[in-house]
Amino acid sequence: MAGKTSAEREALDAQNRRIMAVFTRAGFDFIAPDIVQPADMFLESSGESIRSRTYVFTDPAGAELCLRPDLTVPACRYHLSHAKDVGTEARYCYSGPAFRFSAQAQPSLNPTEFDQAGIEWFSAATPMAAEAEVLHLALKAVEAAGLKKYRVRNGDLGLFRALLHSIAMPERWRSQLLHQYWRPKAFRDLLDLLTGEREKSRSSISVYVDAIAGLDERDALAYVEKHLLSLAVPLTGGRRLEEIAGRLLEKVQDRSEKRLSPETRRRIDDYLAIEAPLVRTAPLLEPLAQNSPGLEAALDRFSLRLRELKRRRIDLETAIFSASFGRNLEYYTGFVFEVEADIAGTTMQVAGGGRYDSLMADIGSPVAIPAVGCAIHTERLLAAVRRQA
Amino acid sequence: MKPLTLALPSKGRLMEATQSLLARAGLKLERSGAARGYRGELSGIEGVDVLFLSAGEIAESLLDGSVGLGITGEDLLRETLPEGCSSVDVALRLGFGPADVAVAVPECWLDVASMSDLDEISARFHSEHGRRLRVATKYVRLTRRFFAEKGVTGYRIVESTGATEGAPAAGSAELIVDITTTGSTLRANHLKILDDGIILRSEAVLAATKGALADERTKRLLAELARHIQPRT
Repeated sequence: MAGKTSAEREALDAQNRRIMAVFTRAGFDFIAPDIVQPADMFLESSGESIRSRTYVFTDPAGAELCLRPDLTVPACRYHLSHAKDVGTEARYCYSGPAFRFSAQAQPSLNPTEFDQAGIEWFSAATPMAAEAEVLHLALKAVEAAGLKKYRVRNGDLGLFRALLHSIAMPERWRSQLLHQYWRPKAFRDLLDLLTGEREKSRSSISVYVDAIAGLDERDALAYVEKHLLSLAVPLTGGRRLEEIAGRLLEKVQDRSEKRLSPETRRRIDDYLAIEAPLVRTAPLLEPLAQNSPGLEAALDRFSLRLRELKRRRIDLETAIFSASFGRNLEYYTGFVFEVEADIAGTTMQVAGGGRYDSLMADIGSPVAIPAVGCAIHTERLLAAVRRQA
Repeated sequence: MKPLTLALPSKGRLMEATQSLLARAGLKLERSGAARGYRGELSGIEGVDVLFLSAGEIAESLLDGSVGLGITGEDLLRETLPEGCSSVDVALRLGFGPADVAVAVPECWLDVASMSDLDEISARFHSEHGRRLRVATKYVRLTRRFFAEKGVTGYRIVESTGATEGAPAAGSAELIVDITTTGSTLRANHLKILDDGIILRSEAVLAATKGALADERTKRLLAELARHIQPRT
């Protein structure tokens, strides 16, 4: 369909005015971030997977630009360029087009250009209350649009990180597990290696690992340097000799490191299998905390958030907590949620959000800026509301 | 009868090997039309027009349906066809023009053997150097698909139109995805293929659109060619 009719446009505009009224009444500043954005910002902060869905082009002066694939990064950039002191608390809301290439079926529900409405809250003084408030506002907004039936799912990546930190293992294993968290199969494969259930097979570089086994950092570096010199292999590819030798040494250490115990594995698997209404999560999560202060602190934050959600009358009976939820959302760092509704026979996400504490630093903020926000896919929301009417 | 168009490579080794296969099958190729001879006819099977195109154009012409049959490298075909494309497919593998599309990294990366190593260093490279690893390639789609399959996300593609293998030494990329037959060009540029880095084992193929595949003339052509293919050694 080459565009919206006047009636469709007016229906969407009217819905989005109701959504924005919820956000502005809550004190969020209604801004208009740029539609055309520097491509680097998105590509460096999200990598190639977003790039393959982003419309990237070159302007006449040769600069690489893109049509924004979502409004979070543009709102972050807005804050960095407008705020007098970027570290102070700020709350923004927005509504406007975003653009994503989609090869999927149902073009009406995966449109190339769609209107996104949302909020971003930077440096909130009370983080758990802010997270609860963002979910609360997202639900108020979709209800203001007329959505009656929906499901809320949420997860907590901070809890998972705290769980890994409560288990004794080399830091590099922890970061590998965190890194693979997004991909269930790769995560299981890695756990198989770390528990010793599977032996690492030899590869084309095993000989180098053999050669530096037992060497200290300096000697390992000397070995790498000498080896490359003797074969007249130049140092290309941007990585320093220290990075290469250092990582080879880690591979040596991995060979002798004490494997994770079967109990540890069970603890991780058991945690990731947790899926229950929020109101019933306490007895499932409490056993995790035994004898581990780090996890206790993360669980305290979880229950504080729960109280804040309850105080806002969010239905904890129907909102589902899922420990593995958020696996496909790469820039979130803590609380994550989505609101799903039935549209045209399938269940689709109409809103989603969460905490993303490292994005601001990734796009060049000089100071750490904790952030939480949410976005609504307004075309899908309209379709869901109409279906329920 | 509606003419059936067979697109053939217009130059290079792919053209020579194609012509010798056609000759072995007793199908004589006659260039006709304008002086440059971009069109021709296949004697032996009636009603097959021949169009000479560059190997890259052949995949695109199959996709837009302007030709029904085409002989080209599988690498170019797979790169051009969108994911899940069902309108064009390989009808016959021709046994010549073998080449691998492969992920190659600097030989000096003694700690990198596999795609999972690459995944790990891509995350570290970003935090250490403040930018993404860059992959130079002309196979943008094949690269994206393969890297996604292997779970490698922290990289950027730098499109390269020629001399891709020189990109790491020139500093315009850290690694490459490129075609290789013997690996000697890669070795000369101090690059090594990852243990699990073969994206595609390519060779020359005869590809057909769905419509052309059902055509009697196509069936005859396939049968004639199939009998004269020399298997890859």
